[in-house]
Amino acid sequence: MKPRSKELGILVILILLVVASALKNPNVYSGANLQNTGRLIGIYGIFSLGMGLVIITGGIDLSVGSLFALLGVGLAMMLEKGIHPVLALSITMAGGALVGWTHGLLVTRMKLQPFVVTLCGLLLYRGVARTITEDATKGFGDATGFEWLKAAVTGSVIGVPVPLVLLVGFAIVTYVLLHKSIYGRYLFAVGKNEEAARYAGINTRSVITWAYILCGFFAAVSAILLAFYTNSIAASTHGNFYELYAVAAAVLGGCSLRGGEGTVFGILLGTTLLQVIRNLVNLLRIPSQLEFAVMAIVILIGVLADTLLQRKSNKVKTTKV
Amino acid sequence: MKIIAGVYQPDEGQILLNGKNVSFPNPGSSLDSGIRIVFQELTGLENLSIGANLFLGREPRKGFLIDSKKINQESEKILTKVGLNRSAQTLLGELSLAERQLVEIGRALSMKVQVLILDEPTSSLTLEESNRLLTLIQELKSEGVSIVYISHRLDEVQAISDRVVALRDGKNAGELAKEAITHEAMIKMMVGREVDTSRIQRNAKSGPKALELINISTERFPDCKVNLTIKQGEILGMAGLVGAGRTELARATFGVDPCTGDISIDGKQTQLRSPHDAIQKGIFLAPEDRRNVGLTLTSTVSDNLTLPNLKTINKWLTHRSKEEEYANEGVTKMGVKTASIDTIIGTLSGGNQQKVVLSRWLMMNPKVLIVDEPTRGIDVGAKAEIYHQLRTLADQGIGIWMISSDMEEILRMSDRVVVMHEGKISGELDGESATEEQIMALAVGNTNATNQQNGVSQS
Repeated sequence: MKPRSKELGILVILILLVVASALKNPNVYSGANLQNTGRLIGIYGIFSLGMGLVIITGGIDLSVGSLFALLGVGLAMMLEKGIHPVLALSITMAGGALVGWTHGLLVTRMKLQPFVVTLCGLLLYRGVARTITEDATKGFGDATGFEWLKAAVTGSVIGVPVPLVLLVGFAIVTYVLLHKSIYGRYLFAVGKNEEAARYAGINTRSVITWAYILCGFFAAVSAILLAFYTNSIAASTHGNFYELYAVAAAVLGGCSLRGGEGTVFGILLGTTLLQVIRNLVNLLRIPSQLEFAVMAIVILIGVLADTLLQRKSNKVKTTKV
Repeated sequence: MKIIAGVYQPDEGQILLNGKNVSFPNPGSSLDSGIRIVFQELTGLENLSIGANLFLGREPRKGFLIDSKKINQESEKILTKVGLNRSAQTLLGELSLAERQLVEIGRALSMKVQVLILDEPTSSLTLEESNRLLTLIQELKSEGVSIVYISHRLDEVQAISDRVVALRDGKNAGELAKEAITHEAMIKMMVGREVDTSRIQRNAKSGPKALELINISTERFPDCKVNLTIKQGEILGMAGLVGAGRTELARATFGVDPCTGDISIDGKQTQLRSPHDAIQKGIFLAPEDRRNVGLTLTSTVSDNLTLPNLKTINKWLTHRSKEEEYANEGVTKMGVKTASIDTIIGTLSGGNQQKVVLSRWLMMNPKVLIVDEPTRGIDVGAKAEIYHQLRTLADQGIGIWMISSDMEEILRMSDRVVVMHEGKISGELDGESATEEQIMALAVGNTNATNQQNGVSQS
C-alpha cells in the first residue's frame, strides 16, 4: 500500500481546525457538544459510505436527501398506524435497498446515466413524500408503544452516541467489503475501466447494481437515525441537500468522481471534517448564513492542495526516472 | 519522439532544425516549426466529425461562427489525398482504427509540414491501405518534406527508406545507407542478435475439435453465417482485410456482443452470453484494443494479472501474499519485463503489456485462446517471444485462434489459415503451403484462388 497523502492532508486540516478553535472557544470540548457532533458524524457517515461505494463505480446518487424525506415520513406514518416497530424498520430498510436496486438496474440494464437516474429519484421521492403527507409535518411524538426504539437510536452506549457506534460497525463492514473482499476489488476494477473488467470476466452489471443497493440500504439506516434525531419531518425540507454532503465528504476523502478511487478511512475523515466545520461555524458565532460558504472554501482548499501535492509528487517521480 | 513533440523536455543534448539550435518547451512550439507527428496511439476526438477533427484548433471562421462549408470542402480534398472514402461529416467514432489512422495522417498533412514523423502508421492498416500510404509518402518526399518513418514492418522500411537508423533501449544502435538495407541487417541492429523469420514449427498434431462455431451471425454482418472449427493443439490463423468481421466474430464468440447461431465446446453445445460465461468454459480473448479493454492501464501488473482469477486465488477475503505469489508466477511464465509486480502497467512497453494479457489467461488453463492482432505495436524481440509462447501453448493441446493483419505473422505461425471477406469466410488454406498471394486473393473476395485440395469451408 502506498502512503495516502490525500488522507493525511485532510487529517492535518482537521486537527488544525479543532486545535485552533478549541483555543478560541473551549466549549468545543464540552461533553454536550462532543455528543451532538458525534451523533451527526454517525448519521452522515453511514450514508456517505454508501455514496462512496457508488462513486467508486464512477456513478453518483443524487436521490439520497429525498429518500430521507420519503423513508422518514413513511416510517413515522407506519408507526402512527400502529405497525410493529420491527416490521416498520425492516420495511424502511428494505425500501431503501429496493430503491437502490431500481437505480442500479436502470443504470446497468437500460444504460442510463447515474446522474439522470438519481436526479429523477431526487424529484420523484420528494414529490411522493409531500403528496402522501399532504405537506403536513410528521413526527414520533412521545413514541408511545415504541419508546424503546426511540431510546435506542437517540441514546448512547457508555457515553458514545448510538449513531456513532453504528457508524463504526458500518465502517468496519464497508472496510472489509471494499479493501479486503473480492467484491471490493471488482468494484475498483469496474470503476477504473468497466470494459476491461468485463473482458476479464467480471459481471460488471451485478457489481454496479450491488453498489446502488448498498447505497440505498445505508441511506435507509441513516434516514431512520435522522428521523428520530430531528423528531419532526417536513416532507418538503427534510434531508434537503444531504446527498451533496455525502458527495462532498467522499470527494474530500479522496474519492474521484471518475471512479476507481476512494477509501473508507478517507470518507470517514471527509464526513468528520464537514461536521466539525458546521459545528465550529456555530460555536465561533460565525453567521450561520455563511455555513455553506465556509464549507465550500474548505472543500476547495482540500481538493486544490491535494491536486498540487500530486502534481509535485508526479514531477519527483518523472525526474527520478 | 515525445521530446521532439514538445511533450517532454530533454534531460540533455540539443535539437537542431535546419542547422539552428531550437527548443520546444511545449507542443505548440514544435507545431509552429512545421514538425508534424502522427502518433501510433490515436488521439482524435470520437464525438466530432472527420472535418472537425482535421481542423481542430484552427477552424476557418466566418465572423464569429465556424465556416462549416469550408471545412467540408477542404476536408474532402484532404481525404481524397490520403485515400479515405468517407464523408467529412462522418463521426470519427464510426471509423475503424485504420480509417482513423488515415484521418490523423490527413490532419498532419493539411498543415505546413517541414518534418513529418510517422509512428507505426501502418500498424492497423491493411496491405492495400499501407501501399497507398507509402505512395503518398513518396509524393511528399518529392515535395521536399523530410519524413521520419518509425516502423516495425521491415518490408516497408526497406521499400521507402533512404536511410535507416535503429534505436535499441533508448540508444542509437546503428545506421544503414540505402544500399545496405536488408531485413537481416536491420533486425541485427534492432535486437543485437539474429532473429529467425522462418516458420515456427509445431511439435504436436491437432487433436479433436475444441471449439466449433455453427452458423454464427454477428450484429455487424447479420446476413452472414459463419462456420468455424478450432482444433486442440493447432494455431488457426485468421487473415482478412481490416473490417472483414474478424474482430466482431471473436467478440461474439467471447460473449462481448450478442450473436445468433450455435457454439459447441469439446463437442458439447453451449451458450456464451458474456465474457464471464466464456471464461468459465475456458475460452479466452486477448483483444485487439489492448490498451482500453484488454488491460486497466492505471492499475498495477499484479492487479491486472489476478483480476479474472481472484475467486480461485482467494477464498473469501483477498490475501495479498497469495496474489503476489500468483502474479510473480504469471510474470515469470511469460517472461514479462517489469521492475516489480506493483508497477503501473501503463508504463510498460506494448510487448510487455501484451505478455501480461496472455499470461493472465495462461494462468487459467485455457481450452481455446483467441488472440486478436497479438503483436500489433510490439517490437521484434518481444514478437518472437510471443510467437514461441503461442506455439508452446498449442503444443500443449490448446486451440489457438489467431487473428492478424500481419501477413508474415500468419504465414509463420498458422497450421491452418482461414480468410475472411466482408463477414464471410472466403476460404481456407493449409498453413504450410499457403502463400501471400493466395491469402490476399481470398481477402479481397476472389474465392477462385482457393487452394482446391484443401477444400472450401464456406459454400
